[in-house]
Amino acid sequence: MSRTAGYNNPLHGLGALLHRELAQWYRDFVVLFISLIQPVIWLGLFGKAFDLSKLFTTNANLPPAYQQLAQQTMLNIFGTTSYYAFFAAGMLSFIAITTAVFGSMSIVWDRRLGFLERILSTPVSRGVIIMTKVFSATIRTLIQVAVILIFAVALGFPTTYLTPLRILGTFAAVALLSMSLASLLILLGIRTTNYQRPMVVANLITLPLMFTSNAMYPIKLMPGWLQIVAKVNPVTYTTDIVRILLLNVNNGTGNLFIDFTILLGFAIVASAIGIVTSWRYLTM
Amino acid sequence: MSEREVIIKVRNLEKIYNGVVHAVKGISFDVYRGEIFGLLGPNGAGKSTTIKMLTTVLKPTSGIAEVCGYDVAKHPVEVRRCISVVPQEYTSDEDLTGFENMMLMASLYGIPKAEAEKRAWELLEMVNLKDAANRKVETYSGGMRRRLEIAMSLINRPKVLFLDEPTLGLDVQTRAAIWEYIRKLKEEYDITILLTTHYMEEADSLCNRIAIIDHGKIVKIGSPDELKALLGGDIIEISIAEKEDISEILSKIPAVREVKKLDTSTYRMKVESGEKVAPQIIETILQRGFHVIKLSMAKPTLDEVYLELTGRSLRDEEGGEDMWRLRMTLRRARR
Repeated sequence: MSRTAGYNNPLHGLGALLHRELAQWYRDFVVLFISLIQPVIWLGLFGKAFDLSKLFTTNANLPPAYQQLAQQTMLNIFGTTSYYAFFAAGMLSFIAITTAVFGSMSIVWDRRLGFLERILSTPVSRGVIIMTKVFSATIRTLIQVAVILIFAVALGFPTTYLTPLRILGTFAAVALLSMSLASLLILLGIRTTNYQRPMVVANLITLPLMFTSNAMYPIKLMPGWLQIVAKVNPVTYTTDIVRILLLNVNNGTGNLFIDFTILLGFAIVASAIGIVTSWRYLTM
Repeated sequence: MSEREVIIKVRNLEKIYNGVVHAVKGISFDVYRGEIFGLLGPNGAGKSTTIKMLTTVLKPTSGIAEVCGYDVAKHPVEVRRCISVVPQEYTSDEDLTGFENMMLMASLYGIPKAEAEKRAWELLEMVNLKDAANRKVETYSGGMRRRLEIAMSLINRPKVLFLDEPTLGLDVQTRAAIWEYIRKLKEEYDITILLTTHYMEEADSLCNRIAIIDHGKIVKIGSPDELKALLGGDIIEISIAEKEDISEILSKIPAVREVKKLDTSTYRMKVESGEKVAPQIIETILQRGFHVIKLSMAKPTLDEVYLELTGRSLRDEEGGEDMWRLRMTLRRARR
């Protein structure tokens, strides 16, 4: 019977719930506009304001040899003479973090508004409810990444290595990071009606996640204990991949295969934890 | 009665939240197919918790509940396929139109698109929302939203519909209109309905049977008339033109209980069924040569039943709740 056909698909309802989730975003012009422009503003302000190469080159009276030394130092540390380009690559990971963090709050609202109670009483799988949140965060992140890349290039990001394949690889890496973070962060929201709980946790972890990775600063200049933290931070591997692909800069493991394997591992474990936990604990 | 099909079976159902709050303390009842069954009680009595367990969104701490023949704890997916729920809150998505909300629900049940569209329009028509179907839900009034909620819950043609406080916060006219829809549903779609309410009038006018629930326990189950009969029946007051005491005569009428003389010519008595007994009383009085000048009859209300069974008036309870909320709001505002 056609009526039962839909039930047999374990993912039924995913498309419809995902559409609802994204419609809340793209149908509200203000929300859409600000969420797209916010990372661009960060990129412009931070990336351009903290142009570290200027530390060495502001004094025009310096001998050319010194200038050359400065360039060499930048290359050694950041792999590129432009801190802006270095930072822009890190920004892509940052977007995955912030979007995942705010995504975890939406399930709290679903609970408060009664929508969660309704969908929990339908045959939709609990896993699908979590997957909706994770995928919606991932899709939003990828769209934001596309926008940032366009603006980054407009503001002077080198285009030498921007081939379709490399861009695709970048998207894949950010998508894996987004899925990992969204799957774990959603757990903050599945049992509470207090929307402040995901918010305070978000505030607590957003910047540390950035600072304990290579997104803003190279790992090799960090103290030893911080290097260890950075090496278990998935942001590090994502940023590493992005820099290898888009800048041909190598200051991490330097191996795309290792980076992708670790990132994929993170994503699989995190999604499994998210789905299994929701199966067990996603009730009213 | 015994031949009727049991569609919801609840035995010693219990829910303890976080090991502390004993919300439902072992309740048992049966709901028969095709009836409107009401859980009546004040806020916090355990009604919503019971509904949440029966609709599989909350796991019972202990006890058994079967809906459509499936155990809610062991076969939640089968239960979900045969039920639908209208929660207390407005759950429709304000950013979507009424029609889009219907289609969203349809896809959650895996109903093919063409079939879903057909059902959506049919249901929107039934609840008189066809004209507003393509408007965003944020433009709807409270009554419209409640009607949409009901329509959304019917898209999967449920066998059992759960309504959690279906008219909470609605004005009197809108409430009456919702009652009409609920009755129509039962007639047209052959649905069994379990509803919770703390409005007496609602339970009285809609339900075939009512379970009075208080502090997580069922105090009494019965039809509104059976429950009212617990009070010992209707009250008849009669005045005669003469001054003689007719208490003796009245108490000899078989159906009359407890005759009380109120003043020189007025008597109050409890009778089982007022409509049947009143003519007998008049006849007896006339036969003895007295003249009736006034007769009034009062049916007991569920309010009185509730008072009798729980020792408290539901209305006091309601007021108490409102006062408590007001105090909480004030406290929060002062911070």
